[in-house]
Amino acid sequence: MSSYILSLMTFIPLFAGIIIASLAIFSKKKESEEEQDSLDGLIKWIALGVTLISFGFAIWAYFKYDPTKVFDLNAKNANMQLTEHYYWIRSFHITYYVGIDGLSVLMLLLTGFVSVVGVLASWNIKKKVKGYYALYLILIAAMYGVFIALDFFLFYVFWELMLLPMYFLIGIWGGPRKEYAAIKFFIYTLIGSLFMLLAIIALYYNLPAGQHTFNIIDMIKHADHYASIKILGLPFDKVVWLALFFGFAVKIPMFPFHTWLPDAHVQAPTPISIILAGVLLKMGTYGILRVNYTIFPHATMWAATGIAVFGVINIVYGAMVAMAQRDLKKMIAYSSVSHMGYVMLGMAGMTAAAMNGAVLQMFSHGIITAMLFMLVGVIYERAHHRVIDNFGGIAQLMPIYAAFAGIAWFAALGLPGFSGFIAEALVFLGSFKNLQPYVIIAALSVILTAGYMLWSYQRVFFGPIKEDMAAKYHYRSFKDLSIRELIILAPLAITAIIVGFYPKIVLSMMDGTLSALVNYVTK
Amino acid sequence: MSAIGLNHFLILATTLFGLGIFIISTRKNVIAILMGIELVLNSANINFVAFSRYSNGNIDGHIFSIFVIILAAAETVVGMAIVLMLFRRYKHVNATDLDNLKQ
Amino acid sequence: MAKYLFLIPLFPLIGAVFNALFGYSIHKKKGEKPIHWLAILMPVASFVVAVMVFVNLASQSGEHKLLTNHLFEMVNIEFVKINMAFAVDQLSAVMILIVTGVGSLIHIYAVGYMHGDESYWRFFSYLNIFLFAMLLLVMGDNLIVMFFGWEGVGFASYALIGFWYKDVNNASAGMKAFIVNRIGDFGFLVGFFLLFWGLSGAWTEVGHHYVMGEEHFTITFTELHKLFANEEFVNAFKAKTFMGVSLATLVPLLLFVGATGKSAQIPLYVWLPDAMAGPTPVSALIHAATMVTSGVYMISRLNFLFSISPWVMVVITGIGALTALFAASIALVQRDIKKVLAYSTVSQLGYMFIAVGTGAYWAGIFHVMTHAFFKALLFMGAGSVIMGMHHEQDMFYMGGLRKKMPKTHMTMLLATISIAGLPGLAGFFSKDEILWKAFATENQAISWWPYLVWGMGALAALFTSFYMFRLYFMTFSGENRADRIPVTTHHGDDEHHGHHEIKESPSSVTIPLMILAFLATFAGYIGMPHLFHALPNYLEHWLEPVFETSTEHIHLRHGLEHSLGLEWGLMTVSIVLAFVGFFVAKRFYNNNPLIEDDPNNIPAKLKKKFAMFHEILFQKYFVDELYFFFVVNNLLRLNNLLSWFDGKIIDGIVNNVALVVKIFTFFAGAIDKYIVDGMVKGVGNIVFTLNRRVAALQTGRIQTYVIGMSAGLVLIIIIRYILL
Repeated sequence: MSSYILSLMTFIPLFAGIIIASLAIFSKKKESEEEQDSLDGLIKWIALGVTLISFGFAIWAYFKYDPTKVFDLNAKNANMQLTEHYYWIRSFHITYYVGIDGLSVLMLLLTGFVSVVGVLASWNIKKKVKGYYALYLILIAAMYGVFIALDFFLFYVFWELMLLPMYFLIGIWGGPRKEYAAIKFFIYTLIGSLFMLLAIIALYYNLPAGQHTFNIIDMIKHADHYASIKILGLPFDKVVWLALFFGFAVKIPMFPFHTWLPDAHVQAPTPISIILAGVLLKMGTYGILRVNYTIFPHATMWAATGIAVFGVINIVYGAMVAMAQRDLKKMIAYSSVSHMGYVMLGMAGMTAAAMNGAVLQMFSHGIITAMLFMLVGVIYERAHHRVIDNFGGIAQLMPIYAAFAGIAWFAALGLPGFSGFIAEALVFLGSFKNLQPYVIIAALSVILTAGYMLWSYQRVFFGPIKEDMAAKYHYRSFKDLSIRELIILAPLAITAIIVGFYPKIVLSMMDGTLSALVNYVTK
Repeated sequence: MSAIGLNHFLILATTLFGLGIFIISTRKNVIAILMGIELVLNSANINFVAFSRYSNGNIDGHIFSIFVIILAAAETVVGMAIVLMLFRRYKHVNATDLDNLKQ
Repeated sequence: MAKYLFLIPLFPLIGAVFNALFGYSIHKKKGEKPIHWLAILMPVASFVVAVMVFVNLASQSGEHKLLTNHLFEMVNIEFVKINMAFAVDQLSAVMILIVTGVGSLIHIYAVGYMHGDESYWRFFSYLNIFLFAMLLLVMGDNLIVMFFGWEGVGFASYALIGFWYKDVNNASAGMKAFIVNRIGDFGFLVGFFLLFWGLSGAWTEVGHHYVMGEEHFTITFTELHKLFANEEFVNAFKAKTFMGVSLATLVPLLLFVGATGKSAQIPLYVWLPDAMAGPTPVSALIHAATMVTSGVYMISRLNFLFSISPWVMVVITGIGALTALFAASIALVQRDIKKVLAYSTVSQLGYMFIAVGTGAYWAGIFHVMTHAFFKALLFMGAGSVIMGMHHEQDMFYMGGLRKKMPKTHMTMLLATISIAGLPGLAGFFSKDEILWKAFATENQAISWWPYLVWGMGALAALFTSFYMFRLYFMTFSGENRADRIPVTTHHGDDEHHGHHEIKESPSSVTIPLMILAFLATFAGYIGMPHLFHALPNYLEHWLEPVFETSTEHIHLRHGLEHSLGLEWGLMTVSIVLAFVGFFVAKRFYNNNPLIEDDPNNIPAKLKKKFAMFHEILFQKYFVDELYFFFVVNNLLRLNNLLSWFDGKIIDGIVNNVALVVKIFTFFAGAIDKYIVDGMVKGVGNIVFTLNRRVAALQTGRIQTYVIGMSAGLVLIIIIRYILL
């Protein structure tokens, strides 16, 4: 069984999703209202069980993973671990090839964690429950799939598979402008993946005759070949690098392709926001590291400064726009834009420390933003609005909630003791060697982030209770966090603190892989 | 006057056929139409018998005509049953007005 | 002993976590006692361990005394290696004793002060977490652990300033403190990056043969110390530039920016006066005794780095002197007792920066220590007075408390004498040492600078003496003026104020006051100047090894090393200034009923005469307003502009592209519909109409078909037999 960990982890939710979907299709009319309700209740538990099983597999993979075996092209499978390799479509050399390294094992843990959190956060969804969980589980499966796929075609299939459930989850269970947001998200990412598809095809056909493959590891071995050829009179590797980068950058989301994010977040239901910010955004940077960095080391070096520039823009611009927001969820969405900028800056830093910081930031942002969106969801569920200025004095009414919000807010502004600080510090320290001016500008964000985070916290939680608003939105009847919400928030907070004080627990897993990657790119 | 030959039979049969067709195409009553059909069938029977008689000792025509008579009887039974049912339902057996299937 | 160092910060952490998790229910079920017992026990335990550590350290032989405790490795990647480790040398030992000692006393004091507060548990949890962070700051073995503490105390300060968050002003004061500190941290971080870069870079780059051990380089203070003791390294460090400026200048300058944030120096001092919105024990502990001195501590810790750049030293002394004078001048006219003390703190911190700026690090730490005692005492005394006055903070309505609160009065008097610099008490020795060093130093890049700094410091000393005795006389002398309190300014929730008995505070408040009064009086004798020959200078001797590396950069001006006459002379000047301040304050405020039109009320007359000056001072030079107008407003405007840009331009482009595509598809759709589809449909239409016509033949009547059939038959017959 242990040799199928990755497949089991991915396909259990996929099949569970398909079964629930068929239940949703075939059992609609036969049952009375009540029966349906009990079935819905069961489905929640099934979804929780399935995500927990997958998370369990992810943890198993974490323990099976051997961090001492680092990326090495000459080793079997380039030292990818837990690999499974089967033919899929022989005539196009498409294989089912999965495996993990230090980068993906961390992302798998994050996906597992956040997906469980997401199910718990969806507990109160009442509308079309079967359809919701069916789509949710398919989405989870696709996310796992993206992080384990080592065949480019497989990667693309999972990448696209993720898009569809997301579209429906936003478009059906979303807020008032859900259709707009869903379509915007869909079209944006679709255009991105279109470029990716073109790039994949170009990569496939530009291999020497007889060596066509979609296998990423094999493609890496042809890195020099790719760097030597031309396409339309332009250097092949740079053109394809840009096409791939665009495809991934939309997901990060990188300025100026970020505007789908606030809309999608504001309209999406809470658990979907958690998944979106917690895992989906990481796929962009993951893809760049997995594909761009490995197949095109030369083009990556050529573009590193560009990534840094956009990273800095993301950081500072995101923070400043966040400060101007009136909607709490939109503010947090922009804070995601800002925080993902650190990942880009770290990636561009081209030192092991910066790269570790970037990936740690991916992990830490996943945890912390999941917490932030959960907290916004909690207050939205009660107040049915999210306008920052209409709150005030919430700390008096919901002290435990305010305490958790305090933890999340301070974690997000990079207070030492939380994972975000270590990540940012590593990004800055590591990148400073190559990118001094950018790092200095980016460091301005320590002020700006504190500004918008604390300002919003103060307006929501402190001060007297605004009587007119309290009457309008029934603040006084608000209940503090329920046990379920505590179960969601406490592990997230504890993880952020543990990683904040003892980052080695995470760094030791990925350091080898990332150092090898940096050495490979910069050689 | 020559002896009655094949031609006479054929002329009779043609006349009967023409009358039958005429009845089928002009009458509205279904029973009348059935009667016209009988005429047409019998004209055919005359032809069969006549050709059989004037060809050398071949009795195929006789056998055919007996078949036709039996079939006609069966057909009439079914036809009359349908007519009866139609009459029960519509209180008339006017073929031109029985166009429900057309709609 | 070394392996138990971690206990010192661990105890307060346990207290904080325990009270944070269970404090609420304990408070509800069992009352306040279990909460404060735990919360006090923990810092006291830390203090006990700290004393043991101190004794252990003192008993070590040799110059370089050091205890280190390596807990665990946090990061070990390439050239970045960060350990969670503690190190205690002579300097941190002094700081630990101050922090845990004064901290414990203030915890005890808070029992009385916070009695009856609904969030009693939360207060003690925050206080403990502050101590934890502060101890990380002073005990950190490397810059990162120090930064953990550095930010941690910022968080605790934020939480405690906004402790009574129901009033939005308190909450925004907390926010202001944190954000202003973050501005300093920006400088600190950039300085840190540059330092780190300077250390990890290969020195061959600058054509120097000194190559660092890049592989396992750490950022511990001990190793930094060793590095900067190496002249070759220092030269290489000076030669390395960033944007044309030598790292030797840039790094300490940027670190100093961080210090101005934390230690409330110009231009980032603005948060400290507002921070007085917090409960008084917080003001005493965080905003007087410990946290605000962390900038001074940081500079002393990195003294080897600061000493190599005379220009940075000029900036530090200049900022320090300016702050000392500036804040003292504001304190002259304030009416709120805590505001006076707040500006006094800013001013005293200025003295400390003068000290470290002149290279007299030990004097800076000396002043940190004496200041911790007398300023904590002053704040706690002020807190006691405020409790006695039922939460009235305006000194205008005080007076006559000498008889009503005798213990508070006595202790406050001692602290006032001490800070004012009247001879014999702790404040006199430390301040005088600083002024002497400021005058005599040689390591300033501008030759006349020391005189200027000394002049400003001396003037500030005069002001200090004046405003402190003004505070003392307004509060304690004459008759009580509580009956003049207008109803609106009364903060209490009970109706019949004014009829309250003003009485002495409980013993949990007064006992810490007395202990601190003892220290504020006698702590100066461990740092006596040499010219008295009465006692050896224990403190300087104790701290000497820590600052040993910088001594080669720090000199007194030639000929002044042994000039006892000059030192005596300067001391006389400062004593005279202190007495002048005292007498003027006495003349102005002793037994003054402060009636506006009273001809004997000199301050009121002066106020009328110099109304404009008074207004400028009273409104604190309008710095807050200027900052708000020029910085905050513009930042918010820029943010709104960017938000507009994001929503309208970027997203607008996206939506417009979508619109263009939509319009295009509309036309494409039209072409499709009318031309392409038109052709297909045309064919279909023809077939369809024909169909209709032909279908008419299908009547469904057998007769018709029979007729047709017959007609056909006839036709065939005609054609076959007749026509052909």
